Amino acid sequence: MTATTTILKSDTGAAYDVAAIRADFPALSLEINGHPLAFLDSGASAQKPAQVLERMDQAYRTEYANVHRGAYTLSQLATDNYENARTTVAKFMNAKTPDEIIFTRNVTAAINLVAYSYGREFLQAGDEIIISHMEHHANIVPWQLLRDAIGIEIKVAPIDDAGNFLLDEFKSLLSAKTKFVAVTQISNVLGTIVPIKEVVRLAHEAGAHVLIDGAQGIVHEGVDVQDLDAEFYAFTGHKLYGPSGIGVLWGKLDLLNKMPPYQGGGDMIENVTFEKTTYRDAPARFEAGTPPIIEAVGLASAIDYVSNIGLTNIAAHEQGLLAYATDELLKIDGLQIIGQADNKAGIISFELDGAHPHDVGTIIDSKGVAVRAGHHCAQPLMDRYGVAATARASFGMYNNTGDVDQLVGALNYVKEIFG
Amino acid sequence: MEDDIRELYQEVILDHGKNPRNFRHPEDATCEANGNNPLCGDKLTVFVKVGADENIEDAAFEGRGCAISVASASMMTNIVTGKKVSEVDALFDIFHKMCMGEDIGETPEEFEDDIDKLMVLSGVKQFPMRVKCATLAWHTMNAAVHGDAATTTE
Ligand SMILES: Cc1ncc(COP(=O)(O)O)c(C=O)c1O
Repeated sequence: MTATTTILKSDTGAAYDVAAIRADFPALSLEINGHPLAFLDSGASAQKPAQVLERMDQAYRTEYANVHRGAYTLSQLATDNYENARTTVAKFMNAKTPDEIIFTRNVTAAINLVAYSYGREFLQAGDEIIISHMEHHANIVPWQLLRDAIGIEIKVAPIDDAGNFLLDEFKSLLSAKTKFVAVTQISNVLGTIVPIKEVVRLAHEAGAHVLIDGAQGIVHEGVDVQDLDAEFYAFTGHKLYGPSGIGVLWGKLDLLNKMPPYQGGGDMIENVTFEKTTYRDAPARFEAGTPPIIEAVGLASAIDYVSNIGLTNIAAHEQGLLAYATDELLKIDGLQIIGQADNKAGIISFELDGAHPHDVGTIIDSKGVAVRAGHHCAQPLMDRYGVAATARASFGMYNNTGDVDQLVGALNYVKEIFG
Repeated sequence: MEDDIRELYQEVILDHGKNPRNFRHPEDATCEANGNNPLCGDKLTVFVKVGADENIEDAAFEGRGCAISVASASMMTNIVTGKKVSEVDALFDIFHKMCMGEDIGETPEEFEDDIDKLMVLSGVKQFPMRVKCATLAWHTMNAAVHGDAATTTE
């Protein structure tokens, strides 16, 4: 393959023009330490296309006011933009109605909202919930806070050494006591794609409700929430080529409207007196205060951008890169990939014998390669593999085989230094 | 940049990183502390035997971390042995400044050799994200001899 352009055939048969996509992302033409940037940390946060940046800039310049407040033209325009963004998100996830879409600060805030509001209303001491061994801290700690507050029990669904989610083991953890299941769609460390549809089906059979952490899943696989049939699905805008500062909680509407508010303030109330306040229905009930107005516009623009290219085309491109990178990396003596599940997305965690991930990260940065080194906010998973940290390369729609080659070259430089 | 990398990953550091000195748990340590770099999950335990007159008779460490943090711990345990706690405090202060790229002023004569040795670690000043790796062992040592059970670089 050539270094700069990859034309991979997508599953629709159309050519995937990665060079054209790269040209849309200003950050990708940066030089870092005298080398072209090979950005392989989209799993932590993705770069943004110019279309998103320009749309946000325009909205700030000519369409800005607070939403849901003023009876003047600009406020109406801003409100329309914000509500249209909700509709764009709803369509992207195939939600029944935009009312099921709650804008939050990020996926972490979305999960905390559910743990707090749903958790205290519907769960009680002695109830069990199940999470997986692969969860990000964002899908562990909110449940621990709830456990400490009301006395639920947290069970952990295991994985095998390759990183496969073990459905049978999960099934055997389910019982009449299981009231809630919260699992990730795709592991941000191992890249494992979890069979969430099966998870939802089995959980429902046991009478439990389900939340899916779609932080990685929405980017690499997407979701049809009606088909999935979970109760909640959460994701974060900045990994989906949108701005930081916005996340999404989708929930089934009847359930959302049975849940008490999470935070109180403006915009979420029906009527306030000092004696009693009544709350509006979802989504307003869960959007206290001035929301991320322009971030919503940016997220909608990012979704338009992604939809134009097509999530399945992007996923096919990333699968091609994953296969290429896996082959190339395994040619490096002393390199082990952590996470070799049967069904994986474009995320590769690895270790290099004799070189700590932090050193790897620093040294390859000097060659313009950006990867994440650390515990990836998944310490229980690190413990599972007996490591404190890994280096992780994660792909976005704009990566190409040239990025992979640059990574491999830089890793060989690490080996040269460490001898 | 690549020169900076070569300066940071000098032979001495790579050697201490690969073959750390004083990597053990002395039974007769009088104090110890755990150091934790929450950013990368690195963990060190520093053991110190403080004898009469606040004299450090032995220093050792265990744990895992990157080449920089292990090399730093290895060199530190060599250097502090035989010194008084107050001297180690003063040296930590100087070392910290070196890592931050701050002026250390006139080198006190009694520390000249030590500072010469520690100079190899001052390459981290070009890498702000890595300063904590170089200073973790020292923070932990500081916590051990001054009676804090645990420290983090946050
Ligand atoms: C699987 C998963 N869950 C949750 C998060 C947290 O995302 P955020 O920091 O945007 O809330 C991340 C990203 O770091 C993630 O990969």
